[in-house]
Amino acid sequence: MELISEVLIKNGLLFAFLVVGAVMWASYFLSHKLTNGRFHGSAVAIIAGLVLAYIGGLFTGGSKGMADIPLFAGLGIMGGAMLRDFAIVSTAYGVDLGEIRRSGLVGVLSLILGIFISFIVGAVIALMFGYTDAVSMTTLGAGAATYIVGPVTGTALGASSEIVALSVAAGLVKSVLVMIGTPFIAPLIGLNNPKAAMAYGGLMGTTSGVAGGLAATDKRLVPYGAMTATFYTGLGCLLGPSVIYFLIRGVMGG
Amino acid sequence: MIIYGVAVLAGCLLAGMIVGDLLGVLLGVEANVGGVGFAMLLLIVLTDRMRRAGKFPPHSADGVLFWSAMYIPIVVAMASTQNVVSAVSGGPIALLAGVGATVACWALVPVLSRLGGAEEPLPPISEEAEV
Repeated sequence: MELISEVLIKNGLLFAFLVVGAVMWASYFLSHKLTNGRFHGSAVAIIAGLVLAYIGGLFTGGSKGMADIPLFAGLGIMGGAMLRDFAIVSTAYGVDLGEIRRSGLVGVLSLILGIFISFIVGAVIALMFGYTDAVSMTTLGAGAATYIVGPVTGTALGASSEIVALSVAAGLVKSVLVMIGTPFIAPLIGLNNPKAAMAYGGLMGTTSGVAGGLAATDKRLVPYGAMTATFYTGLGCLLGPSVIYFLIRGVMGG
Repeated sequence: MIIYGVAVLAGCLLAGMIVGDLLGVLLGVEANVGGVGFAMLLLIVLTDRMRRAGKFPPHSADGVLFWSAMYIPIVVAMASTQNVVSAVSGGPIALLAGVGATVACWALVPVLSRLGGAEEPLPPISEEAEV
């Protein structure tokens, strides 16, 4: 037993391929048996992944889901930023550049709107819960943008660790909700063409959320959504502690 | 050879990351600005040129398409390593802020995607062809 687990831990990435393969098979099986394929297998698989992450997190108390269990650490490599970005870029192969150029303006607009709206919603929620200082409001707003913009903005502005932790949690809620919710909301908001996907990436911004959500909806939309989403976190980190902080401080009167 | 396609893909991502990091430094933010996006544009332009010059045969393309086919499994692995416990246990402030921002932005998707004329939906595709 110990010998087996040692081999599996030493070859973590290979074991991750095996585990994910099994999850994919079970998900597509369930998708066909229970929903007759109407609810996409990839959506089932992503939800299964999130459930596993929850179980892993409960079990270890860590922050990396299943990857905190030594036996499943390979999932952290397979699903880490390096291979994720590698796979995202590969989906762009064969994409029509003209399509991206035609929708470029929509992409830029969606980024600006997406960032400002997330900050405003987060700041208003902070205010509703009694955080009346501009620093806390901006930091929670940053978290509502993405869970990376939150701590970056909070650190830059000197927010309390409590509010930084809240901003990260808000960003994680958004990321998980986008992953799970995209296939359900897609038909209602017309998310079925490249232009809408570019707007979607810019409005949502969370790379993991958009990557997972569009994979569960229609993989052909992934490159367009990822194209705009990749600018979001950087722009959020740029605008948050500067323009948006000054705006919120202006409204709140110091 | 398949490795040529993988190499081109890796080169594009690395170049994009460097540009994104440089842009971050120039803008004074501790984040990569658009690295993946630049990498995608580079891959599209580069492979298009190489294909036209006859320097990117189907075998090379296979090296890229393999990773494209691995996209969903990789995203499933990514999902299984998210900090879902924090997301679930963040309390009402985190929940409301996250849900509120998401729903508000969802509502804007149809508005933005109709700017300059709505697009036709992509043609339906069979599950086998997609996976």
